[in-house]
Amino acid sequence: MKFENYMILEFPSKSCNEAFARSAVACFASQMDPTLEELGDIRTAVSEAVTNAIVHAYPQELGTVTVRCRILKDNVLDIVVKDKGVGIPDIDQARRPMYTTGGSERSGMGFTIMESFMTSLTISSEPGKGTTVHMRRKLQRRQ
Amino acid sequence: MQFTSYLENGKLTVALTGEIDHHTAKSCIQAISAKIEAYTPDTCVLDFQEVTFVDSSGIAVVINALRAMNRIEGVLVLSGLSVQPLKVFRASGIDKLVQIKEAVV
Repeated sequence: MKFENYMILEFPSKSCNEAFARSAVACFASQMDPTLEELGDIRTAVSEAVTNAIVHAYPQELGTVTVRCRILKDNVLDIVVKDKGVGIPDIDQARRPMYTTGGSERSGMGFTIMESFMTSLTISSEPGKGTTVHMRRKLQRRQ
Repeated sequence: MQFTSYLENGKLTVALTGEIDHHTAKSCIQAISAKIEAYTPDTCVLDFQEVTFVDSSGIAVVINALRAMNRIEGVLVLSGLSVQPLKVFRASGIDKLVQIKEAVV
């Protein structure tokens, strides 16, 4: 029988924590008995959200990134990635495919990937206060 | 990231390993570009068989390799993709810009 559960992770905005964050969330989600493909989708979306916080939220100094995961009823995984960084001045522009303020090693596809891999995606941001990315993924129940 | 590469009859194969994310992408892009510039191959194959994870940083790796191959009028091919990287490349539409061979699905 499934029960509600949650976990909260907090780490400095170092790029080596990207792999840690997506692996930790995938580990937590594994109790929901996801398929390999669902697990891959979750790891990818978390990687994008955490990378955004690490690359864009704190351009000058290290800051704190928080990841909160909850298991909701009906096999829904709820993920919030939060930073207290510079914020996004124009969310619609940031969500546009290929738009990036990063260098040539960025593709500008982060939000597009999050959108296509998760069931829902909400972004709220205030310049100077930080950004919150809220994603949900409904997992199929296996027969 | 560790990788091996070899050149055979004008075809450069770069076998990537591990996870490609923002943390590893920059060195990966630089290493692939250096190989392409050094060998000016007709075809460059990026072999993903030993790659266990790719996020949108992997798209930038492919786009940069594609630009480098376009500059020398060569062809870029991706091979050995498992489901997760393939899904990322399809979501970005990059599968329409490069040849994808031997997907492991």
